[in-house]
Amino acid sequence: MIKKFDRNKVVLAVAAPLLAIVAAIAITSVIIAATGKDPFHAYQVMVDFGSKSDSQVWIINKATPYYLSALAVAIGFRMNLFNIGVDGQYRIAAFFAAVVGGALTLPGIVQIPVIIIVAMAVGAVWAGIAGLLKTTRGVNEVISTIMLNAIGASVIGYFLQDGRLAKKEGNLIHTPYLPDSAHFFEIPTTPKPVYGFVVIAAVAGLAYWFLLGRTRFGFDLRTVGRSESAAQASGVSVKRMVVTSMVLSGAVAGLVGMPTLLGVSYNYGTDFPTGIGFTGIAIALLGRNHPVGMALGALLWGFLERTGTQLEFEGYAQEIVGVIQGVIVLCVVIAYEIVRRYGLKTQQRKVGEELAARARKSDKAEAAA
Amino acid sequence: MELAGITKRFPGVVANHDIHLTVRRGTVHALCGENGAGKSTLMKILYGMQKPDEGTITLDGEQVSLHSPADAIARGIGMVHQHFMLADNLTVLENVVLGAEKLHGIGARARARIKEISDAYGLGVRPDVLVEDLGVADRQRVEILKVLYRGARTLILDEPTAVLVPQEVSALFDNLRELKSEGLTVIFISHKLGEVLSVADDITVIRRGTTVGTAVPSETTPKQLAELMVGEELPSPETRESTVTDTPMLTVEGLHLSATDSDGVVRTVLDGIEFTIHKGEVLGLAGVEGNGQAELVEAIMGMRDPDAGTVTLDGAEITHAPTRKRREGGIGYIPEDRHRHGLLLEAPLWENRILGHVTEKPNSKGFFLDNKAARADTERIVRDFDVRTPGIEVTAASLSGGNQQKLIVGREMSHHPKLLIAAHPTRGVDVGAQAQIWDQIREARREGLAVLLISADLDELIGLSDTLRVMFRGRLVADADPATITPEELGSAMTGAATGHLEHEEHEESEGGESK
Repeated sequence: MIKKFDRNKVVLAVAAPLLAIVAAIAITSVIIAATGKDPFHAYQVMVDFGSKSDSQVWIINKATPYYLSALAVAIGFRMNLFNIGVDGQYRIAAFFAAVVGGALTLPGIVQIPVIIIVAMAVGAVWAGIAGLLKTTRGVNEVISTIMLNAIGASVIGYFLQDGRLAKKEGNLIHTPYLPDSAHFFEIPTTPKPVYGFVVIAAVAGLAYWFLLGRTRFGFDLRTVGRSESAAQASGVSVKRMVVTSMVLSGAVAGLVGMPTLLGVSYNYGTDFPTGIGFTGIAIALLGRNHPVGMALGALLWGFLERTGTQLEFEGYAQEIVGVIQGVIVLCVVIAYEIVRRYGLKTQQRKVGEELAARARKSDKAEAAA
Repeated sequence: MELAGITKRFPGVVANHDIHLTVRRGTVHALCGENGAGKSTLMKILYGMQKPDEGTITLDGEQVSLHSPADAIARGIGMVHQHFMLADNLTVLENVVLGAEKLHGIGARARARIKEISDAYGLGVRPDVLVEDLGVADRQRVEILKVLYRGARTLILDEPTAVLVPQEVSALFDNLRELKSEGLTVIFISHKLGEVLSVADDITVIRRGTTVGTAVPSETTPKQLAELMVGEELPSPETRESTVTDTPMLTVEGLHLSATDSDGVVRTVLDGIEFTIHKGEVLGLAGVEGNGQAELVEAIMGMRDPDAGTVTLDGAEITHAPTRKRREGGIGYIPEDRHRHGLLLEAPLWENRILGHVTEKPNSKGFFLDNKAARADTERIVRDFDVRTPGIEVTAASLSGGNQQKLIVGREMSHHPKLLIAAHPTRGVDVGAQAQIWDQIREARREGLAVLLISADLDELIGLSDTLRVMFRGRLVADADPATITPEELGSAMTGAATGHLEHEEHEESEGGESK
């Protein structure tokens, strides 16, 4: 009996993303065809180019910050908080981490953790502000985190000037370079190395799974997400949980900039990547807040971005990848909702039928006796 | 009106199957059956809110198909819901014409029509009063008037007496007789036998989703009707021997709580609440809903912080302790609204078993969850408390109300509480589950459990309690001995008409049940 319901669950879990991807491919094909191009050739190009080994390295390196960002967003999602501010959180975190890292020269074993901890702490504080505003003043976290994004950008803009916390180099302004000891290890692959930070991302994913699924704290957090009233009646302090989870989300957001800072740029400059926080929202939706699902989502995103550049050479419109990404997210959200409702309904019906059958059987037994 | 072979498959709850119902014009027809027997579903079908999967509805010899409440209204069928659908901040007149502006406008003509209907049926409705200033019984009359105003000739009343005290019930019945004498048809849904027998001309009984028989009140005794409804011997909530001890378990002193309502006005919701529940004692709290019972429960559970007074559990002061501390300290909680406060509807049963007791064994070891032990213990609860489910991986939403409630009772009892707060523990629960829940409470009480029982079912309250208190407008205004009090006497205290120690007229008894 239990096995049967489990199997249904698995089938439903696979059905949703499958449905979404099929629908997304169908819709994108129509759109590409509408631009007068052959959609199947486009897919051919994408698969060919995406499976090259330098593409694979590129995709993994791109997916690492995406995954961390998705984790940060997912922590909020699991308790019905919409942390739109991951973008601001990781940028301000990376900026101050770069400043601190650039000012210190310590052995790597100390220097790197210091930088990471500074980043997590700054991200946590920045997100915690939104949490406190929500619990003390009732400010919706969507509004406050959007505003904090803008404030964060302004704060960085103010300090990122020659003579303040940054210096000028050619056209770029950036914080001082981190010392060599602060360079994170790389996994030597050909033709280019994979950032070592992918290991940290995997550990973070594992920690996310364990914390939410296997600890009391995680249960409380999920309870609040499912029903705030039931959580309160069950003894969870909802307000404290809001602040805690925002802080946690912000701390993970602090990690988002680290692969870039410790593995590529070694400074925070005007060319530091932006917008990863928003990508994280899309990937968290795509991966349904599941640690493995989000990893696949992040890789898919990297794949699309990588192969999108190649499509341009083949004469396809460069916006096509953006369209595909948007269509996928929409399809996923819709497909999950459809499958969720369908699953709930079938289960209710099945439980009803099964109990009715059991009741009839016992009635017959009584009649026979 | 005639219904034949109505079948409705409906997820999770008892479906209607093969329903036959014939209602004669100009009569009061009672539809009775236990909670969860399928009465409300049938009425929703009649009112066009749900479509039957099979069967036919015939009105005055013409077969009809009702697609929406608008269809039903057009055919002269009106419904008064159990939960009133009135806008508090509008006047009676405005509420009545709302959505029916086309009929008689919104001005003098509408007022005249309302006055006319009100006088014709003796409803005594005043058109210009704000609905928020009306009591429950008056609101119900406004609902009835609303339906009549729209031209209904057949009225469906869904459990109309559930929210009324006995005196108001008899006033309602006078109104119903008035309607009947004017040639209107009333379909009256109830599970209270006495009421059904006193007002109905015909009775149809529903059990397990199907019609099992009809009865004529003059030839039927309550006992026969009860057996028809239940299909077996009727369980009684009666508590026989007293198990009350002298050891206080919960002591509440001078509790005062104010709350800000939706208009931003600070009101006192609890004032000077004082009571003690001893080990092995069931204290029953009577009162019309909305007189502070829910707030009192939330103050004891730590979900609201009182302004003054103390709450002491088993010698430890817990007035301002967080909810989790209180639960760990031995308070079990059966909430009034199980969907909002007692369950995670979309989570599997075993996660619901953890809810509220995540820090306790077998659900966790230190900081970590013990999912395996929690699952195993859920299996045990399902078995011991007879939760009808195909397994523990199904979501709580897929169980029927009675089985959800059995799961909650099982969960709370599994942690051997010192104090159990049971708010309407058998509301919306079928009769089998009801008897089991009563048994559980009685058994735990024998082992020294203290129980705070809140219920709208006065028979349940009188039957289970050792001591009775009456709550009115945030105060405990009266106390009574459950051994001698009648529901009518309790009812008059619930409206605020009687205070102090309630004496049964023929009896002289000293202070409450505590002296037993």
